Amino acid sequence: MKLFKYACIFSIVILGFTSCSNNDDDATPQVVNEEEIITTLNVSLTAEGSFVMLTSRDLDGDGPNPPEVTVSGNLLANTTYVGILEVLNETEDPAEDITLEVLEEDEEHQFFHLVGGGLNATTSYGDFDDNGNPLGVNFALDTGDASSGTLTIVLRHEPNKPNDGTLEDAGGETDIRADFNITIE
Amino acid sequence: MRFICMLSLMLSGYWAMAQTCDYTLNGTVIDLHDGSPLSGATVIVAGTEEAVLTDLDGTFSFETLCEETYSLQISHPECATRGFSVRMTGNTERTFRLEHHLESLDEVMVTARVYRTKVETLAENTIELETIEGQSNASLGDVLNTLSGVSTLTTGNAVVKPVINGLHSSRVTIINNGVRMEDQEWGAEHAPNIDVNTANSISVLKGASALQYSGDAIGGIVISEPKAMPIKDSLFGKTIASFSSNGRGGSLTSQLTKSSGDGWFASLQGSLKRYGDFEAPDYVLSNTGLSEQAVSFRGGLNKISYGLEGYYSFFASKLGILRASHLGGASDQVTAIESDVPQIIEPFTYEIDRPRQEVTHHTARLSGFKQLEGFGKIDAQYNFQYNQRFEFDIRRGDDANKPSVDLQLTTHRADVNMLWNEPQDMSVKAGITGMWQNNFADPNTGVRRLIPDYDEYNLGVYAIGEYEASTQWTFELGGRFDYTFMDVDKFYRTSFWEARGYDEEFPDLVVGEFGNQILTNPQLTFNNVSATAGAAYRIGNGMSLLANYAFASRAPNPSELFSEGLHHSASRIELGDLRFNSEQAQKITLTFQRTAGRLTFSVNPYANFIEDFILIEPTGIQQTLRGNFQVWEYRQTAARLLGLDLDAQVAVSNWLDYQFQFSLVKGTDTDLDRPLINMPPARLRNGLSGSFLKNNKLRLGLQSEYVFRQNEFPNNNFEVFLPEQESNVLVDISTPPDAYHLIHFNGSYAFSMGAGTTGEVGLDVTNLFNTEYRDYLNRLRYYADDQGRNVLLSLKINY
Repeated sequence: MKLFKYACIFSIVILGFTSCSNNDDDATPQVVNEEEIITTLNVSLTAEGSFVMLTSRDLDGDGPNPPEVTVSGNLLANTTYVGILEVLNETEDPAEDITLEVLEEDEEHQFFHLVGGGLNATTSYGDFDDNGNPLGVNFALDTGDASSGTLTIVLRHEPNKPNDGTLEDAGGETDIRADFNITIE
Repeated sequence: MRFICMLSLMLSGYWAMAQTCDYTLNGTVIDLHDGSPLSGATVIVAGTEEAVLTDLDGTFSFETLCEETYSLQISHPECATRGFSVRMTGNTERTFRLEHHLESLDEVMVTARVYRTKVETLAENTIELETIEGQSNASLGDVLNTLSGVSTLTTGNAVVKPVINGLHSSRVTIINNGVRMEDQEWGAEHAPNIDVNTANSISVLKGASALQYSGDAIGGIVISEPKAMPIKDSLFGKTIASFSSNGRGGSLTSQLTKSSGDGWFASLQGSLKRYGDFEAPDYVLSNTGLSEQAVSFRGGLNKISYGLEGYYSFFASKLGILRASHLGGASDQVTAIESDVPQIIEPFTYEIDRPRQEVTHHTARLSGFKQLEGFGKIDAQYNFQYNQRFEFDIRRGDDANKPSVDLQLTTHRADVNMLWNEPQDMSVKAGITGMWQNNFADPNTGVRRLIPDYDEYNLGVYAIGEYEASTQWTFELGGRFDYTFMDVDKFYRTSFWEARGYDEEFPDLVVGEFGNQILTNPQLTFNNVSATAGAAYRIGNGMSLLANYAFASRAPNPSELFSEGLHHSASRIELGDLRFNSEQAQKITLTFQRTAGRLTFSVNPYANFIEDFILIEPTGIQQTLRGNFQVWEYRQTAARLLGLDLDAQVAVSNWLDYQFQFSLVKGTDTDLDRPLINMPPARLRNGLSGSFLKNNKLRLGLQSEYVFRQNEFPNNNFEVFLPEQESNVLVDISTPPDAYHLIHFNGSYAFSMGAGTTGEVGLDVTNLFNTEYRDYLNRLRYYADDQGRNVLLSLKINY
């Protein structure tokens, strides 16, 4: 009979455990919209008599669709363009301007403006962080003779600052990397 | 009752007739609880009234026995007297187990045999207490790694998963103190949440044949068992402390047990571990520290005829992940692979920063058993597990201290098992098990769920029969059926849902739309059948041959079905497939064992054929605004694993032993006719151990571990365009690292502190020559070398 008593206690405890467990079966789970996601990079290049907009937009983040890259037109030869970068999260409405966060944490960020593939142009920084190291939300693009190639914009988070201007030396993590095919005419 | 049993014992002996009567029975009598030999036990052959006493080693022998079944009665002052039946068809060796005496027990139980092994026809590799205690600072995976055929899949040095005959994660079932672990074992970077110091022995079955535990253990089963409680008045305990030079930390574990002669017992155990950054031969492995706390309690009543037990354990770990392994896109990977040293090396620290994992696991269990006179045994248990997993990644701004992964897995399971072993030569085990599991992924992480919210229900039934046809032959046959139902709430990216064609195939699953995501409600049912058949043939002269066939099937796990998106801690996009069906494996294992004089060896070839084998492999790169990420996709294929495990020991002299181990496995994707990814390379171990001084107080050992280069691997390399180099660069993520050879030393000295207290000091050196190496199955092998030399000092006190 002693065993019977134990068996009873055992089954009561089991019931207790089972009934106490919470089960929120019916509740619809909450959607997660990635807070830190950057969907869009806008590069506006302005010079006298010329305006070119470069955009890379990836609304599905790490989903299967690649970023949509648009270049509004060609650049003029031998011209100095003022470049301004804008970083957005367009999954939210209205779109969240992440450029502000970059400016706020300027010591932890740096943009790189890399010219490649035969493009005859040079870039230089137009703004600096609180320590006097380059930031690069604003930059200058000096075009040379007619040519074509790539302009790559990279945003690094927590890079080594100061660095020699190369990605290898900067390290850190890539927040944005966009390649634009550019023609200078 | 006692009288009837005695009578039947005596009567059965009279069947002995004049036949060939020159057989010898060599027996050993040991304690059921701790396996220690029982000297001075009286062994009587019923009918002949011949009686002998066991010697100091617990052994006895009877000569001139005939080809008949004999009944033996074995008694010992400290133990309950028991009857055993022995069928003689040749010279026979047997072990007899006696249970400690119980004053209140007024019956002598007569059973033909006691169940000791989990599967009679599959070799069982067991790690004994002495080895576990010698590695009390190590993880379960590292302890199991000392067995042939078992290797480890690691993420750095802290996350260590056992790989059995080439298979791991959901294909390896881990049973801890009778509880099937449900701790998100699906992930390659999810280590088992077990403190090895809770175990008295750890066994590995390299196959799915132990159907009483699970039907889906295509790789094998790891069974960690606690100490059997003595039924006598006692109070004992032990404490082990260790200090490691590498990691500049240590471990402390303590255990205290109280038992009484009327069967009550209680045991409390706790462990602490704390290490800072570990070090490779040439540099600090930054952010690889770890901290671990574990506590467990067992208590209950153990009568021989029935027992009840309650068990609770808590396990918490905080594991640093190598800082340099956190990467952006594929171009960072190129830089990291091309560099000989990690991209980030900081000075040594005890701090465990991000990236890191924080996991806690609670287990509660209630169990009871009852021996049934004239039938066998019945037992039941209920267990509850709660696993909370956080993964902290390197994040920006306000989110810096938020976890990226926050999963809560709750599991309830109840089992009822029965054992019918009334006939002397036959037994049947059967049981039923039910499980309910809930996974909750906290949305407050601000990162899309890696594993979706789900409820899983499982019902399993099994039966295993065993027939000892003669002293030479034993046969085994079993079957199991598992029903699994999963009710899942999963958010998909609309773009992925459409790209996969799910919108055409499963339009009914969609519940709602949320911006660029849709909520779906897949309800999946899996019916899995498993079966096993085996035979054991004891050839005589210390030789035996085991053959086992196991058919196992495993339902795909949530990670394989539902992964979709960037896995931050791996810097890669992982994609599962909703359409997967169950894996089905057929494994044939042969074992030939022989003990001949000074030599003991075991040869263990096997073949495992798996239909719809699920594997994850790099398939290309995905462009995102953050750069190009590797894409790893799960796929199903047909696989074949062929392998061989060899073990040998030679007693070179009475103080020197030599050990040998060799493991080889070849995995092939038979659909694509190419090697499988992440198959453990061949491994060769040689060891010498010597015992010196009086009573072998001083033990010294030297081990050599040679791991071959894995020459069979699939080529999953891909190219990525690097604008700064203006060219496509090959990302070599496939080529395995070179072979390596490590030498380890261990030494220990035992001493007595009087009054039943003994102690032991140990000095172990792993990677004696500080060799630089990288292991193919270390997920961080691209970024850093493995650990360098470690000097471990330890002190053990038994009281």
